[in-house]
Amino acid sequence: MNEMPSIEQAKDMTESKISANKVQVFYGENHAIKDVDIEIQPRSVTSFIGPSGCGKSTFLRTINRMNDTIDICRVEGSIKIDNEDIYDPKVDPVQLRAKVGMVFQKPNPFPKSIYDNIAYGPRIHGLARNKAELDDIVSSSLQKAGLWEEVKNRLDEPGTGMSGGQQQRLCIARAIAVSPEVILMDEPCSALDPIATAKVEELIDELRENYTIVIVTHSMQQAARVSQRTAFFHLGVLVEEGLTEDIFTNPKDKRTQDYITGRFG
Amino acid sequence: MPLFWLILIVLAIAAVGYVLGRSRAMSSAGGELSALHSLPSYYGTNVAMKVVVPAFLLLIVWLLAQPFYVNSVISGMIPETSIEEGSSRGLVIAEVRRAARGLDNAVASGAMTEEFASNARADIADVSARLKDAGQIVTTQITQPILLAAQRYRVLNSTGNWIMSVVVILVALFGAFWALRETNAEFRARNVVEKGVKAILIAAASIAILTTIGIVLSLVFNTWEFFRLYPASDFFFGLTWSPSFSGRGSSSQLGILPLLWGTFYISIVALVVAVPIGLFAAVYLSEYASPKVRAVAKPLLEVLAGIPTIVYGLFALLTVGPLLLSVFGNEGLGIMQAGTAVMTAGLVMGIMLIPFVSSLSDDIINAVPQAMRDGSYGLGATKSETVRQVILPAALPGIVGAILLAASRAIGETMIVVLGAGAAARLSLNPFEAMTTVTAKIVSQLTGDADFASPVALVAFALGMTLFVITLGLNIVALYIVRKYREQYD
Repeated sequence: MNEMPSIEQAKDMTESKISANKVQVFYGENHAIKDVDIEIQPRSVTSFIGPSGCGKSTFLRTINRMNDTIDICRVEGSIKIDNEDIYDPKVDPVQLRAKVGMVFQKPNPFPKSIYDNIAYGPRIHGLARNKAELDDIVSSSLQKAGLWEEVKNRLDEPGTGMSGGQQQRLCIARAIAVSPEVILMDEPCSALDPIATAKVEELIDELRENYTIVIVTHSMQQAARVSQRTAFFHLGVLVEEGLTEDIFTNPKDKRTQDYITGRFG
Repeated sequence: MPLFWLILIVLAIAAVGYVLGRSRAMSSAGGELSALHSLPSYYGTNVAMKVVVPAFLLLIVWLLAQPFYVNSVISGMIPETSIEEGSSRGLVIAEVRRAARGLDNAVASGAMTEEFASNARADIADVSARLKDAGQIVTTQITQPILLAAQRYRVLNSTGNWIMSVVVILVALFGAFWALRETNAEFRARNVVEKGVKAILIAAASIAILTTIGIVLSLVFNTWEFFRLYPASDFFFGLTWSPSFSGRGSSSQLGILPLLWGTFYISIVALVVAVPIGLFAAVYLSEYASPKVRAVAKPLLEVLAGIPTIVYGLFALLTVGPLLLSVFGNEGLGIMQAGTAVMTAGLVMGIMLIPFVSSLSDDIINAVPQAMRDGSYGLGATKSETVRQVILPAALPGIVGAILLAASRAIGETMIVVLGAGAAARLSLNPFEAMTTVTAKIVSQLTGDADFASPVALVAFALGMTLFVITLGLNIVALYIVRKYREQYD
């Protein structure tokens, strides 16, 4: 393949924000993810669904190399963000994680004030030159996360004292504050009640304008509500990927159909 | 009957009771296990429990009470006239006891017959001579009242022991009969055993607590005695420590401040050594070390905690002291006079405290939820940023608690300072001078040959009490902080 890539291919490559090619993940001897190929579109929400233990969270964590913190975990294949291989030795995983933010299953605000929770990332990466700029980042992040009105008068109170839903939106605001391009969400609503869930979902829908969002969820309704594209994982294999409507109304694979109709999982 | 046999007999009754109880329960249910309320072994345990517990309780109470009773009887037998000038009733009773033991041993070795030993009209000179022949030590000449009292003492003790044996065995048997009588299929042996277990556990816990109270009380009474002989204000605010052992210590100056200063100075040096090293070691072990390194390094570090403090003291005296002297002594900087100094004791004590700080901090750092680390790494923080800005602040209250516990260990430490810090009580800022601590002085006040009723000896209790109050305060603050921290993540 010495010739130049065709215009068609080049266009395709610029279009997808994240592109994974033959990704394998091993936990020691256990082959957790097998041959996953996926293209994730920019400025859209992609959801990963599948039964427990199917590898969707594991795959999500390969996208910002969070698996590096686990000693026995090994990743093969290539994952490119903006056409750059993130597993290239030249890439600093710490820098990568500033670009690819993450929101976790359980809200995990630091035991600091609301202000310091948001300011944590910008301070580490030196995003603000002075206090005024930092104040701006904090307020705009909280505004984008739809939390500003609720907390603007109590920024110096501890983040751990908020309700579960507020804490999760605080964590989203914290991720936004380092101006990432991609936000990964690992079952962000599984610890929240329906009303808090609705707020977070609304927020995800708004964030789509500026960020590429990948969300792992156990709730098929949630996937249907918030995402444009859906990927179905089963036993470490990416079974099917496509437009959310197509996956839910017209699945091509028997396993996908069984899962979304509630026959297993 | 020797105590050993008595205990064996009670245990044998319990064992027989266990077997009987079990089989009686089985037969009352007609051999049908499902008809029993509890498993057969519970019926057996119920019987054994009711044999052992009351019998042993009685035994313990009897053993504690009998000497009191015998002493009071003996004490009444001794007329005022036979107590010599300058002696006391207590000394005479001790003499009686020694004579009685001499008679016992003489009979046991065959030097005199039982009748001779208990003959009230025996010739005193003959008894004394025979006792001496039998190799028994009798200090002064045995007098008639002492011999009579000693004979009475022997009789009281031996009958007491016999009655005790009989009563204890009767109680054990009664317990067995009582428990066997109530054994039938409906009897809720399981619940009764459960209650018994609870009672035994409560008893164990109360013994520990009562002992603490006992220790405190013994300190309080002696401290009180000391303050009657020596003014409290001079003790707490005096700047000089110079006990004088002559003339019942009346010219002593017993100010605690130089000792407290030495204690705190050495403790501070120790903490300055132990806290950073221990904390960094804990951070390395819990955050950076691979599981393999951790599995080896953590136990190795904790070996330090198992070294007896006297060995640390030798290390201070023989290695660290001379080493420091060669650098700071007359051949070096010239600010250190001798190997024993605040610095020597402080450094070695710091080494002793490293595993204490590191293992407590390690536990506390591990208790910080993984979600905190994930959150920080997920924002692009490095390991040291995460440790510094998220983990340590979250673990801080617990670490402060660990440091306070280490501080109270340092304040109460004795052997290292006895060997490493010197014996001079002085108020000085130079860490290369010899100083001494409260604990070291308690040792030297009580190991001398001072009269036990003089302020010079009694001051040890006041020192101990002061130390106890300080470390108790530190421990309470530390536990309060640690507990408050625990609530944060539960």
